[in-house]
Amino acid sequence: MHVAVIVFPGSNCDRDLAVAFREAGAKVSMVWHKDDALPEGVDIVGVPGGFSYGDYLRCGAIAAQSPVCGAVREHAARGGFVIGICNGFQVLTETQMLPGALLRNAGLKYICKTVGLNVATADSVFTSGYGEGAQIAIPIAHHDGNYYADAETVARLEGEGRVAFRYVENPNGSVADIAGILSENRRVLGMMPHPERAADAGHGGTDGAAMFRALADSLATA
Amino acid sequence: MKARVQVMLKDGVLDPQGEAVRHALGAMGFGGIEGVRQGKIIELDLADGVTYADVTEMCEKLLANTVIESYAIEMA
Repeated sequence: MHVAVIVFPGSNCDRDLAVAFREAGAKVSMVWHKDDALPEGVDIVGVPGGFSYGDYLRCGAIAAQSPVCGAVREHAARGGFVIGICNGFQVLTETQMLPGALLRNAGLKYICKTVGLNVATADSVFTSGYGEGAQIAIPIAHHDGNYYADAETVARLEGEGRVAFRYVENPNGSVADIAGILSENRRVLGMMPHPERAADAGHGGTDGAAMFRALADSLATA
Repeated sequence: MKARVQVMLKDGVLDPQGEAVRHALGAMGFGGIEGVRQGKIIELDLADGVTYADVTEMCEKLLANTVIESYAIEMA
């Protein structure tokens, strides 16, 4: 499995994401935001957490217009895999690779803590390492993680089984407790919680590691 | 020429910052405030030849996220 981790000015989870992928056996290339192409043979793109471009204008808005995002869009359009975590999820909604948007947390506070997530579907390479309905503990760390989409979009996500994760206790006001969603072809995942921060015993939790292992298993020969 | 773009959250999208301002005003003793919505103003200094249609395209592609925001453009 060859992973491209995108680095924007202000990304701060890029190296953590690379470590989690390497631990699962992946080859990782770091790709700068000004590059307009991905390295040859990339299976999956990781869009990391952080504060790309200082969160100016809207979280993820400027990053979504960066040269590398054009390449990420083309990669996804070819059926490539993409995972966007936290700010990466915000970037994927701003590029409209995923529907909806992330609003300011309903309680207005930045929240940094480990939360319970329910795995809402096991039908994706990202979630196949968990049983459907499994409960896992993954940290969140965000100010703008309040997932919003109009009623029609939410109904479509629910109907197509594209909600990947739900909060056990909704921390931020997200509609339908949504913590992560999948694209129509189930190959693009956006999620606010940080699986890469629960991927090593030293993190205090390892529930995120199964995601990277499942990806490595599924994409080993891809 | 200048363009002034006003970006607001759409009606129906919860604006927790506006709500916090409303609460604060109430706590300060101001009465009769039934709602507060907070938005942003973006001012653009434009060279000759940049049209209203160009600014509209800027709004659609970057200045507003039309999933959650509406925008209004004033050119002067």
